[in-house]
Amino acid sequence: MTQGVADDMPAPIAPRAIGGHWLKRRGKWLIILPPLLFLMIFFLIPFGFALLISFADTAVRVPPFTDILSVSPDWHIHITLNLGNFKYLFADEVYGLSYFYSLKTAFFSTLICLALGYPMAYGIARTSKSTQSILLLIIILPFWTSFLLRVYALEGIIRETGLLNTALLWLGVIDHPLQIMRTTLAVYIGIVYSYLPFMVLPLFATLEKLDHSLLEAAGDLGSPPWRAFLDVTLPLSMPGIIAGSMLVFIPAIGEFVIPTLLGGPNNLMIGRVLWDEFFGNRDWPVASAVAIAFLVLLVGPIALYQHYSTKQLES
Amino acid sequence: MQNRISPFLISVLCIGIAVLYIPMLVLIGYSFNASPLVSVWGGFSTSWYTQLVHNDQILDAAWLSLKIGVVVSSGAVILGTLAAIALVRFTAFRGRLLLTAMVNAPLVMPEIVTGITQLLLFISMLHLLGWPHRGFTTIVIAHVAFCTAYVTITVQSRLHGADRSLEEAAMDLGAGPVRAFIDTTLPAIAPALLSSWLLSFTLSLDDLVISSFVSGPGASTLPMVIFSKVKLGVSPDVNALASLIICLVGACVLFAGYLMRRTERRRMLDAQMAEH
Repeated sequence: MTQGVADDMPAPIAPRAIGGHWLKRRGKWLIILPPLLFLMIFFLIPFGFALLISFADTAVRVPPFTDILSVSPDWHIHITLNLGNFKYLFADEVYGLSYFYSLKTAFFSTLICLALGYPMAYGIARTSKSTQSILLLIIILPFWTSFLLRVYALEGIIRETGLLNTALLWLGVIDHPLQIMRTTLAVYIGIVYSYLPFMVLPLFATLEKLDHSLLEAAGDLGSPPWRAFLDVTLPLSMPGIIAGSMLVFIPAIGEFVIPTLLGGPNNLMIGRVLWDEFFGNRDWPVASAVAIAFLVLLVGPIALYQHYSTKQLES
Repeated sequence: MQNRISPFLISVLCIGIAVLYIPMLVLIGYSFNASPLVSVWGGFSTSWYTQLVHNDQILDAAWLSLKIGVVVSSGAVILGTLAAIALVRFTAFRGRLLLTAMVNAPLVMPEIVTGITQLLLFISMLHLLGWPHRGFTTIVIAHVAFCTAYVTITVQSRLHGADRSLEEAAMDLGAGPVRAFIDTTLPAIAPALLSSWLLSFTLSLDDLVISSFVSGPGASTLPMVIFSKVKLGVSPDVNALASLIICLVGACVLFAGYLMRRTERRRMLDAQMAEH
């Protein structure tokens, strides 16, 4: 339509200028507002609700908690804050223990992922461009297929009659099958297996950009390769190490599926505690308090990740 | 520099890739096991696949998940693209920081926390407004919220790289800004739109935790049904279902990747031809 006008009339400037002016002043809100409002209502405000409900009391009704704000008949507004849920978190040691246990599990799985992922990313970065894209596709492909099903598939390997035990028995390495399922080891294997691609990709992104003339310069100046690696490659790949580690560490703390399907009863990670509090005990205020406390715990790692990922985006 | 890969790096790469793929291959192998006992190989059989076709619970759940996936990824691509345009093209507006934060947060927010908070919101909304009832609607809303984040990140990086001179030329030739965008920049970011649609679809199809929280009675998605079966141990019909899903998704992703690479190459060729 606009094009037709442009062809026929010599001076189409006036209507376009008005349109452009209106779009410049108000039109951009047509683009900004839909995602902004949607995410505010359905992502941000829910956290406010959780914060409010963490100060409520359990009640036998639907929804199963008391009102925080109530208006009495004489129009007085009452705010009833119940700090008991947060006190309860400190009183019952299962919460503290599961927070600590989740942090520990996430920390060590991140280290294992880094130890395995760094050489992988380094190797990929050193191949030719066409091999790189194929290798990257191979690494990313499992991430696209189902996470739940991959955790399930792992059970076929590590259970008592699974592939690993069968192979080890056949080779004569062990006499009787190893018990891996329902142990802490299974949780570690599960997390490393599921999150390895998240470690490799950001590491590859920084290692790929690495300036190799620096390494050559270090070599020319007499540095042995391991020294050049420690002095040049490692510091320069720090943003990738941090981004990859946080991408593994943060979701691993809140992991629910892996400890539930592969872990034993003593692998009480915070995600499982939250789930049980919600679906088992139906104690929503305490569950909200656990979730809020969990979030506070995550602020540090998330801030670290944001800091380094924006740095990486800028460069 | 490219020919100096040490044997150590090659072996770690091979081990890493083997670790990623062996469990899935073993799962696919077991899905053809005739014996219902998962530990015994009872010969080749496709009976678990035929049983799947008659399992109404799984079929219903699969249908629900597919419907949710299509609605979610379409909604997320629209919202996420708008957010990406807003963040890339409008450098200063009130709420920019908030939008940036809300677009990045879902990527690092534990699903279990997002799920709980969204459930609390839906419960309170139902209590106060009488809407939405837990089920299809709430699952779609919750999924769109986190998929939008992934779409925005993908489209954003693509928009940064897009050449604006074509769009400016179109506007100089009399096209309105919307028209100019649709005719020039939209085709350039189309591969990113396709890949983020696919990403949202697979994320939605795979989500267990958030769906379990925000779903209501009677609305069980495929991962919810699989999870409740798998919790009881390995089951042969889940093996068949899982193999089907892994192969289908894998094939789709590979095909889409191939298509995108081809269009990309053609675009680069065109650009080179135009330059000469």
